[in-house]
Amino acid sequence: MALLEYATPTVQAKGLVKKYGKILAVNDISFTISKGETIGLLGGNGAGKTTTIAMLLGLLLPTAGQIKIFGEDIEKGRNRVLSKMNFSSPYVDFPKRLSVVENLNVYARLYGLENVTAVINRVAQNMELEEFLQRPTGSLSAGQMTRVSLAKALLNDPELLLLDEPTASLDPDTGDTVRSHIENWKTEKGATILLASHNMNEVERLCSKVMVMAKGQIIDKGSPSELVDRYGRSSLEEVFLDIVRQEKINREN
Amino acid sequence: MLGSSLTRINAMVLRHLFVLRRSWLRILEIVYWPTMQLFLWGFITLFFLKHSTWLAQAAGVLISAVLLWDVLFRSNLGVTLPFIEEMWARNLASLFITPLRPIELVLSLAILSFIRTTISVTPAALIALPLFQVWVFDVGFGLIAFFLNLLFMGWCIGLTVAAIVLRFGLAAESLCWLGVFLLAPISCIYYPITTLPEWLQAIAVALPAAHVFEGMRYVLFDGVFRWDLFVRATTLNGIYMVLSTVFFLRMFHVARVKGLLLQQGE
Repeated sequence: MALLEYATPTVQAKGLVKKYGKILAVNDISFTISKGETIGLLGGNGAGKTTTIAMLLGLLLPTAGQIKIFGEDIEKGRNRVLSKMNFSSPYVDFPKRLSVVENLNVYARLYGLENVTAVINRVAQNMELEEFLQRPTGSLSAGQMTRVSLAKALLNDPELLLLDEPTASLDPDTGDTVRSHIENWKTEKGATILLASHNMNEVERLCSKVMVMAKGQIIDKGSPSELVDRYGRSSLEEVFLDIVRQEKINREN
Repeated sequence: MLGSSLTRINAMVLRHLFVLRRSWLRILEIVYWPTMQLFLWGFITLFFLKHSTWLAQAAGVLISAVLLWDVLFRSNLGVTLPFIEEMWARNLASLFITPLRPIELVLSLAILSFIRTTISVTPAALIALPLFQVWVFDVGFGLIAFFLNLLFMGWCIGLTVAAIVLRFGLAAESLCWLGVFLLAPISCIYYPITTLPEWLQAIAVALPAAHVFEGMRYVLFDGVFRWDLFVRATTLNGIYMVLSTVFFLRMFHVARVKGLLLQQGE
C-alpha cells in the first residue's frame, strides 16, 4: 500500500491546454510531480504559471487535457483532493473586517478540522502571528498578510502545497524565517510543494527541480544546478534573465 | 459526508455572523428600513381609516403588506449581499480552493438570508401593536405560510442576481437592490390582482408573491385562508427554486471556464 502510494505521482498533468478566446495561455503542457518533491515553476510575467496553478486548484477548467492529483481526476474527486491540498499567495485577499483568528477559524472549519483552536494556535506560533490574532485582517501590513496567508495554507497540513510568490513583500529577515518554516514543515511532513517564484535564491534553496515556462509552454526542466550548467551561467538568476530576455526578443520579432 | 457538508455550511454562516457581530451599524441598517416603512405606512393607514371604507374593513392590511413585502426584499438581500461581499473581499477564489461546494455556498446564503430577514422584520412587527394596534401574528398559520413563500421567492431572485453578478462582475451589483423592485408592481402588494390590466394579470399569476398578497387580503378581509393560493405560490416557488439553483450552478461553471473566480473585486 505504502509502495503504491509512492509510485503514484502526487500531480499528473497531461496535455493541458487553456485558451481564452484566441489567446493561448497554456499550450499543451505535461508534467508529473512525485510525492515529497519540491518543484519550482519559473517564467516571466504572462508565461502561464498562474493559469497552470489555477487549473491545478480547480479554479479554472482546462480547455483540453487531464489533471490527476493523488491519482484522482480533480473534477471527479474534487472534494477529496482539495481537502488534502492548499495554496498561498500574497495576491489572494481575506475578508478585511474579520480578525485574523476569525479568518483562520472559518478556513479551519471549511477544511473540516477538529480542535480548531489548537490548530490555529499551532500555525500562528509557526508563523509568529500570535500578537496579531485579534487584529482586523485589513489592518495588517503586506508582510503580515503574507504570513496569515501561509498560516491559512498550513492549517490542514496539506500533502500538496501550491505557493505563488510566498515571500513576496516580506523583508529579507522575515522572508528567511518563512522559508525556514516551509523547509522544516516539508521535512517533517514529507509534503509535496509546487513553488512559483521570481526569487531565484528561494527557488535554489527550496526546490529539487525546476520547470521553466514561456508562452504557455514548458521550455526546459531540470535541477537548478543542471540548468545553470546547461545555460553556461553562474546562477539561476542569470538563467532566468537569459530566458526572459530571449522570449522578449522572440516576441518583438 | 453529510457531516462535513454541514460543517462547511456552518463555517460560511459563521463567517458572515462574525461580520455582523463586529458592526452594530450593520445590524442597525438591517432593522432601520422595515421600521421606517412601518411608520410611514402606519400613518397612511391612520389617515385612510377615516377616508376609505375599503381599508376600514381591515385596518392591518397595509401594515401587513408592507411587512410581508419587506420579508421578500430582505430575503433577496440576505442572499445577494453576503455573496457580493465575498466578491468585494476578493475571497471567492480562496473559498473554492477549499472543499466547499457551490451548492453548500447556496445553502449557507439561504440560512443567512433567513437570519437577516428575521432580524430585520421582527422589531417592526412587534412595534406595530403599541403604535398602530396591528398584531400581525393574528394572521396565525397564514403568517408562517406567507413568510416562508416570500422567503423562498426572495432566495430565487437573490440566487438569480448572484449568478448574474458572478458572470458579469460587480458592474451588475446594483441588481441586488433593483431586481426585486422590477417585480413589485406585479406582485400586487397593496391592491388586488384584478387592478392590473389583463395582460399584466397573466404575468402576475406566475409570481408566488402575487398569490401570497392575495391570500393575505382574504385572511384579513374575510377571515379565510385560501389553500388554493397557498398551493399555487408554493408550487411556483418550487419550480423557481430549481431553475435559479440550476442557473447559479451553470454560471459557476462558466466562471470556471472563463477564469472569473480569479478576477473578482473592483
